Amino acid sequence: MLQINELRAAIDDKEILKGLTLEVKPGEIHAIMGPNGSGKSTLANVLTGRDIATVTHGSIIFEGRNLLEMSPEERAREGIFLSFQYPIEIPGVSMVNFMKTAINEQRKHRGLDPLSASEFLRQMREKKELVEIDSALTNRSVNEGFSGGEKKKNEIFQMAMLEPRLAVLDETDSGLDIDALRIVANGVNKIRRPDTSVIVITHYQRLLEYIIPDYVHVLYDGRIVRSAGPELALELEERGYDWIRKEADITEESWTTDQK
Amino acid sequence: MEKDQDKVLTEVTSGEYKYGFVTDIETEVIPKGLTEDVVRLISAKKEEPEWMLEFRLKAFRHWLTMKMPTWAHLTIPEIDFQEIIYYAAPVQKKGPDSLSDVDPELLKTFDKLGIPLEEQKHLTGVAVDAVMDSISVKTTFRETLAEMGIIFCSFSEAVREHPTLVQKYLASVVPYTDNFFATLNSAVFSDGSFCYIPKGVRCPMELSTYFRINTSNTGQFERTLLIADEESYVSYLEGCTAPMRDENQLHAAVVEIIAERGAEVKYSTVQNWYPGDKNGKGGIYNFVTKRGICKGDDSKISWTQVETGSAVTWKYPSCILRGNNSTGEFYSVAVTNNYQQADTGTKMIHIGKNTKSTIVSKGISAGFGQNSYRGLVKVLGKAEGARNFSQCDSLLLGDKCGAHTFPYIEVDNPTAIVEHEATTSRIGEDQIFYCNQRGISTEDAIGLIVNGYAREVINKLPMEFAVEAQKLLQISLEGSVG
Repeated sequence: MLQINELRAAIDDKEILKGLTLEVKPGEIHAIMGPNGSGKSTLANVLTGRDIATVTHGSIIFEGRNLLEMSPEERAREGIFLSFQYPIEIPGVSMVNFMKTAINEQRKHRGLDPLSASEFLRQMREKKELVEIDSALTNRSVNEGFSGGEKKKNEIFQMAMLEPRLAVLDETDSGLDIDALRIVANGVNKIRRPDTSVIVITHYQRLLEYIIPDYVHVLYDGRIVRSAGPELALELEERGYDWIRKEADITEESWTTDQK
Repeated sequence: MEKDQDKVLTEVTSGEYKYGFVTDIETEVIPKGLTEDVVRLISAKKEEPEWMLEFRLKAFRHWLTMKMPTWAHLTIPEIDFQEIIYYAAPVQKKGPDSLSDVDPELLKTFDKLGIPLEEQKHLTGVAVDAVMDSISVKTTFRETLAEMGIIFCSFSEAVREHPTLVQKYLASVVPYTDNFFATLNSAVFSDGSFCYIPKGVRCPMELSTYFRINTSNTGQFERTLLIADEESYVSYLEGCTAPMRDENQLHAAVVEIIAERGAEVKYSTVQNWYPGDKNGKGGIYNFVTKRGICKGDDSKISWTQVETGSAVTWKYPSCILRGNNSTGEFYSVAVTNNYQQADTGTKMIHIGKNTKSTIVSKGISAGFGQNSYRGLVKVLGKAEGARNFSQCDSLLLGDKCGAHTFPYIEVDNPTAIVEHEATTSRIGEDQIFYCNQRGISTEDAIGLIVNGYAREVINKLPMEFAVEAQKLLQISLEGSVG
């Protein structure tokens, strides 16, 4: 469903992604781990169409379509969902209104009629229970005055409402205590349909105890330098990133030497 | 990235004005220019009594001694008052008694504006006085209202049929010497609405006046007088549109409200005069004096305005809180897009004891628009226990527009409590992207955010108009993202 091929992307002429290749099949969970500055967030930006980074090379094919030609809202309507690392506050816009607009835009895109008010409210109630979000929160403005944990729960609640084909969770575990982490992770598991694919971007292994990945990739210096099963996450937890760094640098070194 | 943002900005701010059409109808116009003879001619056209003409002439002579005010934060090219036509009227049978006497073209015009003049077409129970250029075309539901003793008619008819009331209250809140534009209006005003709610009556429907400028080169100078007798209630709404033209047109209105003891008046405006094109060409110059007096104890006047139109807006709907325990409110949303300029706000004059006022002003600037809030809160020496709360918020879309706040506070009573809060915010790129990522387009995102921002004010409008106002906000800002 998603093929990223030799992707290179730069921010202000500084290359961040340096030839990233990744394939995600329907229903798979991929964890992307890596030290700070390795390009994890840039990958999330490129996937969702945020214009902070410029793609200079490579391709991204999503469900057979060239993703890079699509606007951010079109990607969203096609089923790409990003759980933001830092969810944005939008004062004055109620969660209800926001969610209704988002859902109906998606339905319009798929040739469906808008949801009736009662059906919409029913879904809101149902999904709120799934992620154990306080009812009062959805009556407030989008993320306004929410605590860090509430904001993250609210992201997962929106994911539940929008039922994406591909969910990108960008550092969803950051800033969460263990209870909130469990609720958020279980929320993701509960709302995931068999064919929903997930990319979990994380620094730590602890989220992966709840959302069990099929593959773990290590992103380092803009490239995936190692891919394996869930056991790789544990190894990283134990040994840190230093050995990866060394290994990667050595390969890089030897490669440049070869060139010479 | 900067470039992209600019591009989107330009796109969103180039929405079309929907009401820019011209009605092709036979119109009687007098020669342009302003002299004493023109004032006499207008009065004669309207077959006015001597006292009305005298009032006009006094005003005109005084106006000759005045200069156009320059203190507002507005850049206005010099206006040649001799180039304006002061009277233009669609030709129709005198005093149309039934709808069949009204020119079908006029009916079509108001239909197209969403203001059907057939009473049975009204779903919501709104009585309308429709004013085109200098005269009132038709007032609906008059008979129904008359049964309750409510007078709702054009100003001209009021002068003929209710001279005692008009003489008693005319210029009692805005004297003919008040300011350059009010004085000009006093000399040449052509029509407008008159409304009287008798003691103890709660007006069962929304009363509204719809102003339409049609003829080119004309000014519109209407006058509205609204009297709420003791313990009465009325909610009143005015709307305005004009054709798209390259020249600027002048609109200088006066609205006076009198609230007697225990009376409550809610006055709402949805102002959508032609704002000019995206390069700042054309548009209405809107110079309006609106003032109400809470004359009796426990009375209340509430102004709500949604100002999206006009090239220039100069307008300060105010309350004189003379009665003890009286309340004044001002809720405003003013949008300036492209090259629009607005200098608007209110004056709350606390005279009586325990008087209360609330000011909520929400400015939205986009494009090259300049938006100023100007407000005065004045507490006189005898106003024991006066209270005011003011909140002035500015929202900026893009980086070429401006927002300014000029609050004046004068307090002469130590027991007064006056609070002022102000914020300036900007629609952030990250907010827009957050919406985009949920499938919401940039334009819809701006609509959501702007309507959320203005909601506190929009909610004060009568329900049927709140929806309209919301759409209007979105259209006014179409094409403007920051």
